Amino acid sequence: MKLSDCTALIRSKNAGPFSLTFDIMFSDEAIYQHVKRSGVITPQTMAETIGCDVNEMKFFVCDNALAFKFTIPRLLPAGDPADADLHGGQQFAPLMDIAVPDL
Amino acid sequence: MTESVKFVCSSGAVGSGINLPAFRAAMMRQPDFVASDAGTIDAGPYHLGVGKGAYATEAMRHDLEILLTEVPRGTPILVGSADTAGGDPHVDRTLDIIRDIVSKHGLKRRIAVIRSEIDPCALQAAYDDGRVVPLDHAPPLDRDRIGRSTRIVGMMGVEPLQDALREDVDLVLAGRCSDSALFAALPIMRGIPEGLAWHAGKIVECGTLTCETYGKGAMFGELFADHGIITPLGEGLRCTPQSVASHSLYENGDPYLHRESSGTLDISEAHFEQYDPVSVRISGARYIPADRPSIKLEGVEFAGYQSMLIGGIRDPFIIRQFDKWLAEVKDEVRQRAARLLGDVLSPDDWRIDTHSYGLNAVMGAREPRSAEPPHEIGLAFCLSAPTQELANKLAELSRQPLLHHPIPEWSGSITGFACLFNQAHVERGPYWRFSMHHVLLPKPDETVFHREIITLG
Repeated sequence: MKLSDCTALIRSKNAGPFSLTFDIMFSDEAIYQHVKRSGVITPQTMAETIGCDVNEMKFFVCDNALAFKFTIPRLLPAGDPADADLHGGQQFAPLMDIAVPDL
Repeated sequence: MTESVKFVCSSGAVGSGINLPAFRAAMMRQPDFVASDAGTIDAGPYHLGVGKGAYATEAMRHDLEILLTEVPRGTPILVGSADTAGGDPHVDRTLDIIRDIVSKHGLKRRIAVIRSEIDPCALQAAYDDGRVVPLDHAPPLDRDRIGRSTRIVGMMGVEPLQDALREDVDLVLAGRCSDSALFAALPIMRGIPEGLAWHAGKIVECGTLTCETYGKGAMFGELFADHGIITPLGEGLRCTPQSVASHSLYENGDPYLHRESSGTLDISEAHFEQYDPVSVRISGARYIPADRPSIKLEGVEFAGYQSMLIGGIRDPFIIRQFDKWLAEVKDEVRQRAARLLGDVLSPDDWRIDTHSYGLNAVMGAREPRSAEPPHEIGLAFCLSAPTQELANKLAELSRQPLLHHPIPEWSGSITGFACLFNQAHVERGPYWRFSMHHVLLPKPDETVFHREIITLG
């Protein structure tokens, strides 16, 4: 299955004008634990999927929120004339297609 | 034993719309104070630069009128980050609306106004002393860039709010302010542990966004010596331990450590339990005081004026060589500009930015699917220049190349750009850039935030 088939919400958003943060959130603890064990969500796989340097990433596993989270620098500051996502809200789409082993 | 402290968050932001039935239900619980932020840096550099926020005056009036007429005197109201950006013109615009409401309803109100603008010259002096320090991913900053700032605000923590509350005011109107501080200030004054007070503020400051599903309503909190209860009020609203824990991820780079001016909120050991069907009990957050205060700075510099053309491309011959076609169009525009405007515009004075919707506009260089040919492309062709007149002229010079730039597949004159508007260009007006992502380390005796007390009515 795809990651978007088993998540409650995958989102991206500015964390201040110079950083972008991604949340991968689950509503079912068993599925969250399954994905966590599967090892498909790691700093390396996230960096490859989004296209950023893993050394610039902060990565978090948030058990009490049933979520994974990572934060990276924005390519351009929010509001720069060359930037086209002021709130950073539409940067998560490539994460949706990540393959997750079946339960 | 400390008595409990109760509070209401009226909505996620002043101007976003208070839900009156839910707010009245919250007020029935007799809160010790009511608070709401009115701004966010997420709205972009424009609002700080231009001096006006993102909400319509009518929307701000709607919410402020409810706050001023529904909250009984003796229950202080705290509004922070006035009018989106929290600069002086933003505080003044909010104050004008408050003045109108007070006069319309024949009210009498004592108001503390706390301003948060920082003079660029004063900040240059702090920079020279090494007291301006970059945060993660901060842009390069130097003396000149600080001096070029259109406007700079500092983000206040609880201390200026507490000083204002001690003046026995009905309303605290603050410039740029930590959202959580609006909710932490009074509980800390009443002896609630700092970790719990800041954590509760963090949870409720976006209003009902902390609930399981987003809906209209207000948030109510009650804080005790060692725990707090967070309750949403509004039809169908429910907080769960997961929804509350998840909210700490939202718009934060780090889900556990939240830096404030006087220290860091650490919620890595926080506990969340279902207290009743809709409420969550919170405990376990810690507050780690900083060695010295640091004030987050937000600043913008003027970047120019923009004009833009929007149109579509449907010709498969153009689409299959789109990058080359676009590069040639831009070259032609640059040549025309050099020829016709060269005496007033050097190449460094202006720029073209293009956003190719359908191809890679949204994700830019991070788009993994930009090699897939779309059947049409929406193109925003943006020209930036030092004046609006020059930006318009550049847009006018761009129209012909966009329309008629030839491709080898077709002989004869083509029209390769479907203009959305007539006239073809749209004036975008001025724009600003964020110029800093730093903190100011004030001197021990330095007053950064300036307060006045006014009485209306």
